[in-house]
Amino acid sequence: MGDDRLIIAGREFKSRLWVGTGKYKDFVETQKAIEMSGADVVTVAVRRVNITDRSKENLLDYIDPKKYTILPNTAGCYTVEDAVRYSRLARAAGVSDLVKLEVLGDEKTLFPDTAGLIEAAKILIKEGFIVLPYTNDDPIVAKKLVDIGCPAVMPLAAPIGSGLGIRNPYNLKILMESVDVPVIVDAGVGTASDAALAMEYGADAVLMNTAIAGAKDPIAMAEAMKYAVWAGRLAYKAGRIPRKLYATASSPIEGML
Amino acid sequence: MEETILIQVNGEARKGRNGMTVADLLRDLEITTERVAVEVNLEILDRAAFAQRSLKDGDRVEILSFIGGGSF
Repeated sequence: MGDDRLIIAGREFKSRLWVGTGKYKDFVETQKAIEMSGADVVTVAVRRVNITDRSKENLLDYIDPKKYTILPNTAGCYTVEDAVRYSRLARAAGVSDLVKLEVLGDEKTLFPDTAGLIEAAKILIKEGFIVLPYTNDDPIVAKKLVDIGCPAVMPLAAPIGSGLGIRNPYNLKILMESVDVPVIVDAGVGTASDAALAMEYGADAVLMNTAIAGAKDPIAMAEAMKYAVWAGRLAYKAGRIPRKLYATASSPIEGML
Repeated sequence: MEETILIQVNGEARKGRNGMTVADLLRDLEITTERVAVEVNLEILDRAAFAQRSLKDGDRVEILSFIGGGSF
């Protein structure tokens, strides 16, 4: 997969598997799983520093920002104002203009509030942010996000943390055909085959967290996901055979007795 | 002028010295300025301004950094 690079807003990424850093047992496990996954983009959240217990270690002591692209998210933001505020804080704390923009609509589903998402994206793009929006599997919304200047879109496969896999493959395929920017399938992956399928459909990358961190053996699952994304990508580029209802023999008739 | 001021840091009340800067506060809290964002009364500060910005009574300070997270 050496020369098969993913390019977003002029930045080149080696890995088509992106991973989150939440829900791990500890930082050592986080570090090991991420290393095994081969991902070079990791998402992080922005939260208050613990000022009463300073002995707590920092995630970035384990995830070297020189080695990984740190992609801050606005996880937990339900309003345009909050999402914009957290994005600005992330930029102030970090080193880049990248943000994975989430404006959530509902606590039960964590589905994106796409109207709020577009509004927040507009504000942030004007301020020079590189906005990677976490969106629905809605091709029209994806097109709008690209129109206002998002250099990639991140549609969900299924609700965050649900592990349900791709719930609407046809919408996702239409979405991929509707936009001319990279599509990163984000959220809902449960196991390796889900990730492979997303890549076979033509996704440019897959972002996941719970599917790895929540597995019985996160490090082994990280490895499975690495190969699943590779396999799916290679199969997509190779071009699958058409589906047919009846059999076609693979061995020749000629030469039979 | 009062010697001590009362400020809010990450939602908790805290006493400070009159005229102390954001950089002083971070030093008191043993927080390295690298990779933190500081907001004073909802205004986000440039890291370069930490040493200039002095705090006054009633200021609300938020200190944030990156933690593990995927989506929410």
